[in-house]
Amino acid sequence: MPRDGRILAGMAGLGLIGILVGGAFAGLIHEAARDWSGAGEAFDAYLFRVARFTLWQAALSTLLSVAPAILVARALARHPAFAGRGLILKLFALPLALPAIVAAMGVLALLGRAGLFADVLGGWSGGRWPGVYGLPGILTAHVFFNLPLATRLFLQALEAVPADQWRLAAQLGMGARASFRLIEWPALRAALPGVAGLVFMLCVTSFTIVLTLGGGPGATTLEVAIYQALRFDFDPARAVALTALQVALTVAVVALLLKLGAGMAADAGLPVAPRRPAVAGGVERWVNAALILASLAFVAGPLAAVVVAGARADLARLLADPAVHRATLTSLVLAATSAFLCVALSLALAAARRAMEMKRRRDARPSFLERMLDTGAGFVLVVPPIVIGAGWFVALRGTGQLFALAPVMVVAVNAVMAMPFALRAIRPAWDAASARHERLAAQLGISGIDRLRLIDWPAVRRPALTALAFAMALSLGDLGVIALFGSDSVQTLPYLLYARMGSYRTLDAAGLALLLGVVCLGLMMLAEQGRAERGRPELRGEAR
Amino acid sequence: MSGAGVRLDRVEFSYGEAAMRFDLDVAAGEIVAVMGPSGSGKSTLLNLIAGFERPSSGRVLIGGADATRLPPALRPVSMVFQENNLFAHLDVARNVGLGRSPALKLTARDRADVAAALARTGLSGKEGRLPGELSGGERQRVALSRVLVRDRPVLLLDEPFASLGPALRREMLDLLRGLQAERGMTILMVTHQPDEARALARRIAFVEDGTVAAFAPADEMFSQAGPSAFRAYIGA
Repeated sequence: MPRDGRILAGMAGLGLIGILVGGAFAGLIHEAARDWSGAGEAFDAYLFRVARFTLWQAALSTLLSVAPAILVARALARHPAFAGRGLILKLFALPLALPAIVAAMGVLALLGRAGLFADVLGGWSGGRWPGVYGLPGILTAHVFFNLPLATRLFLQALEAVPADQWRLAAQLGMGARASFRLIEWPALRAALPGVAGLVFMLCVTSFTIVLTLGGGPGATTLEVAIYQALRFDFDPARAVALTALQVALTVAVVALLLKLGAGMAADAGLPVAPRRPAVAGGVERWVNAALILASLAFVAGPLAAVVVAGARADLARLLADPAVHRATLTSLVLAATSAFLCVALSLALAAARRAMEMKRRRDARPSFLERMLDTGAGFVLVVPPIVIGAGWFVALRGTGQLFALAPVMVVAVNAVMAMPFALRAIRPAWDAASARHERLAAQLGISGIDRLRLIDWPAVRRPALTALAFAMALSLGDLGVIALFGSDSVQTLPYLLYARMGSYRTLDAAGLALLLGVVCLGLMMLAEQGRAERGRPELRGEAR
Repeated sequence: MSGAGVRLDRVEFSYGEAAMRFDLDVAAGEIVAVMGPSGSGKSTLLNLIAGFERPSSGRVLIGGADATRLPPALRPVSMVFQENNLFAHLDVARNVGLGRSPALKLTARDRADVAAALARTGLSGKEGRLPGELSGGERQRVALSRVLVRDRPVLLLDEPFASLGPALRREMLDLLRGLQAERGMTILMVTHQPDEARALARRIAFVEDGTVAAFAPADEMFSQAGPSAFRAYIGA
């Protein structure tokens, strides 16, 4: 039966994910069992200080991102004809598409010791500007990422308010205060737990930002501490303790998030075209404009700094540097492999889930396997890449092959990491195509490879390419697993960038950040375009 | 190829809460209109014959042979749905060609048959069009062309012309009647339109509450003496 082939493929995909996650946990548990006292002793004051800082910076980042986002989203919602509004919203989508290390570079290029604002800031503070490191640096970068994300999500919530309600508000003569209390706030409040939870989760598991901008003993999160325990102190027992705490923490946060009904994949679609008249007047107009411009400056600043600092670098020399060549090639190969693996796994899971759904009777409850195919990939969001990397690092460290396995680890972890996003692109298209074609294919006896070639692939090609571009961008910009497993022999672009930052070759780093940022943004735009085009009628199947 | 008889022998099927039980005997080469209220089980009846649904008990006999366990592609049956009869990304010729080879490996003979079928349904010159570029009537003509190249003894139609206007629908009925006269296949067509049923079918099967409540000549069904439930359904 061809259907069984699809289910087998899905089971194989799930198995692969299971081995990746399970193997990591097996490594950690084995290490802990070998030396209980060591792992127990690792639960010391340092560890709890790190845990406290992890939560503290995440809470502050969330507050500083979400509170202004409410005001900015409201301002944008009340000025549908604000000059450049569409552009601003597009700009607000950029930080999410940017590799974290590039954003960190942007913050440093602006506010670092040798940043564009260093002289001004030094003048204000009286003396030499020390650079925005530690907690302020982490918060700045986190707000740079999450303020625009939260703004877009809140704006979505506001634009979901029916146009009739606004007309009614205008007819009843509601002022700014009344319409906020009666219309806007209820919509915002409904979205608030989900948005705040998502931002909090992203900040709790933030690795690259903390590694590059924090990192000192006073500003270390659990994930960075895991990395330091493995790469510098070589203290597996401590790494195990830290990992256990990190997993417990993320599980708790995710459980809370699910309870609040938050979407787990950070991805806000562009709000629909404005369709209500401008309602703000007088003073409010100026306040709103100031709010929008301030947030715009905050988001555009680091982006511009990446470009300005990158342009100052000797790009010609960088492009001729053999180390850059090697890193670029390694990055491209690993990212492409990872993206292909991600799309293949996502297709297998989507096909198997749909096949199982059709096989069971309509009134029957989905089996455990079907539910795993449905939500299994979501579990990787609970287990941060660093934790998977740490588990395998501990498990493999005796083999002497640790750094030789780097490519495998990077490809596998990055592929699985991108799966929740890939599935969101692929699954709806797959299910819709299946609903249209299933009986026809069964009647005509189209099955197996013919079916994949003639029927299924054409239907999911576009979303699959979207997912491919997205997964590739994600993998290309990632500095997670490679930070653990990287070495002189296996370097990716982010790894090289981080190394140059560490050795104070700031200009080189700025140039590399520009390169990396441009490539990742290009891929993300490709993915976004694919998504937008899917609305075209000839792709929706037969026009009615 | 001529038609084959279709017999449902104490076929039982449960769909969620609703339990259905069908007994029906259609002669080879006969045209039957299947009528009845929405949700009464008309489509399920056709799906059981086509093999998209499996009965929990009873037998489906086609041409005298037991087809109960056969997968849809191996049954001597073609089915035309109300929509989604075509793959939107394949052109007209390929959509028809799939009726010959599910891998689209077509011989010169197959291609000639596809061209002939398209000519017969009035689609010559539209071989290279995509379904999205055709009108609703043309898309159903493509589906009928595929029925021709498949050349199976039984044809099932599930409200095939429901989304077409009155003139177009009459045109399609004429085409269908012409094809049946040439090939002699057995036809079961689900429809809500009394004029369609009268124009095409000799006998009417009235499905109600998951069973064939009446199966009689059209004249009789539409007369004063027809079953009262059927008369209520058509609003007579």
